[in-house]
Amino acid sequence: MAVAAPVVLDVRGLRAYLYTRWGVVRAVDGVSFALREGETLGLVGESGCGKTMTGLSLVRLLPEPAGRIVEGQILLEGEDLVTKSQSEMRHVRGRRISMILQDPQTSLNPVFTIGDQIVEALRLHHGDGERALAVRAEEALRRVKVAAPEQRMRAYPHQMSGGMKQRVVGAIAVAGEPRVLIADEPTTALDVTIQLQYLALLKELQARTRLAMLFITHDFGIVARMCDRVAVMYAGRIVETGPTRTLFRSPRHPYTEALMASVPRMEGSVTRLPSIEGQPPPLHALPAGCRFAPRCAYVDDRCRREYPPIMPVGPAHEAACWRVEPSPSR
Amino acid sequence: MLEGRAIAEPLIRAENLTKHFPVTRGLLVGRTTGHVKAVDGVSFTIGHQETLGLVGESGCGKTTTSRLLLRLEEPTAGRVLLDGQDVHALRGLELSRYHTRVQAVFQDPWSSLNPRLRIRDTIAEALVVNRRVTRAGKLERVEEVLHQVGLPLSAAARYPHEFSGGQRQRIALASALAAKPELIVLDEPVSALDVSIRAQIMNLLKDLQARQQLSFLLVAHNLATVRYIAHRTAVMYLGRIVEHADTESLYRSPLHPYTKALFAAALPADPDAPRDDMILSGEVPSPIDPPSGCHFHPRCPFAMEQCSRVAPELKAVAAGHVVSCHLY
Repeated sequence: MAVAAPVVLDVRGLRAYLYTRWGVVRAVDGVSFALREGETLGLVGESGCGKTMTGLSLVRLLPEPAGRIVEGQILLEGEDLVTKSQSEMRHVRGRRISMILQDPQTSLNPVFTIGDQIVEALRLHHGDGERALAVRAEEALRRVKVAAPEQRMRAYPHQMSGGMKQRVVGAIAVAGEPRVLIADEPTTALDVTIQLQYLALLKELQARTRLAMLFITHDFGIVARMCDRVAVMYAGRIVETGPTRTLFRSPRHPYTEALMASVPRMEGSVTRLPSIEGQPPPLHALPAGCRFAPRCAYVDDRCRREYPPIMPVGPAHEAACWRVEPSPSR
Repeated sequence: MLEGRAIAEPLIRAENLTKHFPVTRGLLVGRTTGHVKAVDGVSFTIGHQETLGLVGESGCGKTTTSRLLLRLEEPTAGRVLLDGQDVHALRGLELSRYHTRVQAVFQDPWSSLNPRLRIRDTIAEALVVNRRVTRAGKLERVEEVLHQVGLPLSAAARYPHEFSGGQRQRIALASALAAKPELIVLDEPVSALDVSIRAQIMNLLKDLQARQQLSFLLVAHNLATVRYIAHRTAVMYLGRIVEHADTESLYRSPLHPYTKALFAAALPADPDAPRDDMILSGEVPSPIDPPSGCHFHPRCPFAMEQCSRVAPELKAVAAGHVVSCHLY
């Protein structure tokens, strides 16, 4: 399926640190992954694991001046975004790579109409006149299934529900027909029945435009529904990557395994959930070896000393754990 | 857990509970132009050592219902009975006794703890406000509840900012437990927490219930959480309970079209789970002017002619399973 499709985004050894008064926060600490056309990669992890910072690095919107990309490459169709200036990035963002944030309330400007905000985004990408831009904006609203788009153009954000606002954000994000869309928990602020509508809409947009999607979430239900592949992040690093089904059926990293087991299920009742004791390490004071070691059930001395490299454990499946080390005979 | 449920008389009983908030217009002289029917005739009981789950989307009235139980709101109609006594008629000493018997834990452990108070003072507040205790007795109780929620005794002298979200939620639980309540209202107790921390807190809640003979009213939107903790579950839509049953029976065979849609929208954490998508059109209508008849009819794929005219009654379709829908 997605295997033959060309790679549109190739992230290599990305490190993005935040320089704060508490020290250097290693939010993204050596992250590599590739994203193919028409594919959805889920980036899962708990809050503070660096998944949002990864997303912001890709569009070069790290919080200034604390955040900085210190190492690595972000190759968008072969072109490195890390070396681009902010003014060059303005032509890349929206047109070639876009991002949808969690809270539609904060992504839209409360004092401009919906129409103004979509037109503003479109103006960057098209040299059309005002009239033509307005037509395009209406069309963009229609594509994200906003009812009565000609009236909605004149509405202000506060006059719309959360679900509708997130659709508008989506319309703005895809208005420039980008190749890559980063969706950072886009449905967390929405109700479940509205969430399902929105996810279906994203799938539809993707099918039409062969968009490559990086879906940042902590919800395994969304991962199971939306993603072709999954990357699990813990304390600034990807600890396991694999096809969605493989990761659900046979997770190899102890963190992935424990995290999946601790999620309560809709189907079948359990009397007791296994839980992961303790909490993730702070990103400005990381342990020396494997970052999951202090919470890991299988920890040994080596784990506490050295961070394990990411190793192949199956077809398109990798994990960073000393326990999955491929046998020396291979 | 089942022994507790065998006791016939429930701990708390809500009868036809109704809360309408007036909507006013005008700056100086407010004119009432309508009512938000936040809770519209809701009845349920919670037994000893039982957990009732209240689920629904935002604006369905589940939080207002819990606030009515906590006496943070006065009902427009209907009543709440604790051991047969009308809760909203309590005054003076009886009222403060009520506040020791019923406690709450809220969603956001960042805003529910006073940042300027040490943990021991936050926990002890519940004791000082509602009953006479000696200084030594106070400290003893603080240590006791800290131990019950799995926090070290050293936590007592520290401030909220020194703790993570999961630990703060433990502190909130500890202060709810301090006065030895019988019922704790849990309003989205784990939804602000991380996935790996949620299981810790949910297990703690179950343990506490078993050990301290507690009853819970669990308000939540996450259906899997409710399934894990609640013995019975009520589904709310626009101020009304549309279905109410034993959790097992509800999750095995949801009957109301809204319950079905809600369950279908909860994505199972399994890539091979069957997808019986039932994507609802539209959004939850405004509770100021809810649809006539059955509130759900404009979004219901099975709506019939009478649904827009007649509001369905709650009907028992099986033992302990009631549903409000003309299909049954």
